[in-house]
Amino acid sequence: MFGFGDIWVTLAYLLCIGSTLFCIIYGIRHWNDDVEMPTPTHPEDENTDFEDTI
Amino acid sequence: MNLELLAIIVGAYTLAIGYLGWLGYKKTKTASDYLVGGRQIHPMLMALAYGSTFISTSAIVGFGGVAGMMGMGILWLTFLNIFVGIFIAFIFFGRPTRRLGAQLDAHTFPELLGRRYNSRFIQGFSGTIIAFLMPLYAAAVMIGGARFLEVQLNLDFKIALFVFSCVVVTYVFFGGLKGVIYTDALQGSLMFISMVILLVITYNKLGWLHSHADLTAMAAQVPQGLIAKGHQGWTAMPRFGSPLWWQMVSTIILGVGIGVLAQPQLAVRYMTVKSGKELYRALVPGSIFIMVMTGVAFIVGALSNLYFWKTFGKTAMEMATDVVTGKPNIDKIIPIYINSVMPEWFGYLFMLCMLAAAMSTMSGQFHAIGTSFGRDIYQQAIAKGKHQERTVPIAKAGIFIGFVITIILAYNLGLGIIAIATSLFFGMCASVFLPAYVSALFWKNSTRSGVIAGMLAGIVIWGFWIFFVHEKESAALGLCNLLTGKPSLVTGSIWAVVDPIIISLPVSALVTFFGSLVTPKKTMNKTA
Repeated sequence: MFGFGDIWVTLAYLLCIGSTLFCIIYGIRHWNDDVEMPTPTHPEDENTDFEDTI
Repeated sequence: MNLELLAIIVGAYTLAIGYLGWLGYKKTKTASDYLVGGRQIHPMLMALAYGSTFISTSAIVGFGGVAGMMGMGILWLTFLNIFVGIFIAFIFFGRPTRRLGAQLDAHTFPELLGRRYNSRFIQGFSGTIIAFLMPLYAAAVMIGGARFLEVQLNLDFKIALFVFSCVVVTYVFFGGLKGVIYTDALQGSLMFISMVILLVITYNKLGWLHSHADLTAMAAQVPQGLIAKGHQGWTAMPRFGSPLWWQMVSTIILGVGIGVLAQPQLAVRYMTVKSGKELYRALVPGSIFIMVMTGVAFIVGALSNLYFWKTFGKTAMEMATDVVTGKPNIDKIIPIYINSVMPEWFGYLFMLCMLAAAMSTMSGQFHAIGTSFGRDIYQQAIAKGKHQERTVPIAKAGIFIGFVITIILAYNLGLGIIAIATSLFFGMCASVFLPAYVSALFWKNSTRSGVIAGMLAGIVIWGFWIFFVHEKESAALGLCNLLTGKPSLVTGSIWAVVDPIIISLPVSALVTFFGSLVTPKKTMNKTA
């Protein structure tokens, strides 16, 4: 099919197109999902107390 | 080429890049702006920045050349690039990474891991790995860009390399991640337009409906040396289990296809957007961009054999054989193809595309190397978190050090190195970072000791494999030959062509898993 020499290359070709379409549809379906904005637990550039050292 | 027209085009491009770099500089007020773009980047910009950083000259010139040699089986990599590199990466890794990054106020990939496990060692060790091994990948990208300038403009390779990398490091240095993302967006757009035109002209020239079948019929022209290694034609996979099959599947398809998940310069892109919603939206442009970039490069690379055969009676590898050394340099297949088949105006456009591809990847790499030196190694690991007010100058110093290391490496790497160095780096990232990254995001019971043990196991096994087992690297590195008198400990066996990732990633994952089970879970874990 499509003039390729074996089924594996044909499959890869179809999967490339299929996975792109899947991403487009998935992205559009979830266009407005997950809108929360977490509050940072550390203020900007505050030093964090690490428990180990090197 | 018309040098005056060329100078105008390159000049206009450089001005546009300079303007966007300056815009990044003007909008950078805080360390967060410099390191993670202020966490307010638009999803379209993020997707283009992610895609153009991911896709470099390595993907187009290097892997396009590999397709010219091995054929279209490499389209499996395009599938993995879209499904793993975009869908799984954005949805399953990007959203939790963005959330965790914001909660922990992490500014770099090593900082994300380090703060997740409250471990300066993890941050410093990860930063060291990135700072010292990413220059290998950056050098490969740099070579890809300079090789194109060499062929297209007849420029001296060393001068091309130097001028070109100086431009990139300047806007990364001043503009930080905002400068990188703004310039990436322009470069990504140029790349997209060029690759669409390349595909259309190639199919127009060779036939939309019969070019694949014509290439299939050329299987008898495959060089004997490649047939012996398992080559079955440019539109078929290599023979199952043959050395060529292992090289294609383990090094190129799996190494790069899976390694993308743990790329520090890409993971930091997830932390640049405001919320998870932006990552869903970025799926649309991201997937289209990656399909066009890699899909076109691989199809055109393989189809170049048909054009060269019809026009010159030679295969792509024969066209790319150096007349002096007599050795094929597959990195030259795509540039030679563009030069011989495409109209002159496209030569200018494609040159910009190549410059854009190399510059967008290099800018992300220099930024990651620089922040690893400055933020992860010096500020957090060595200075124990002091000098917070000097984060940006320290990161800038790190960018400069990374630039010097990269350019020295680029002058000293051998021929045909682009795809190999890229695969090696991706494989190393998967081996060292992927189990730790997955555990940090998804496994609340993972422990600091388990993760450290897994990372160390990953780098040790990966290093052992490239120095002593995987013959392509062990022969070039020479340590195995020096100690044992053989290019590889397993010369002649199939293990000599099995990529390190096949062994080092499972070992690293098992050590992380069992290490976390047997070591006590202290109170150190942050939110998972």
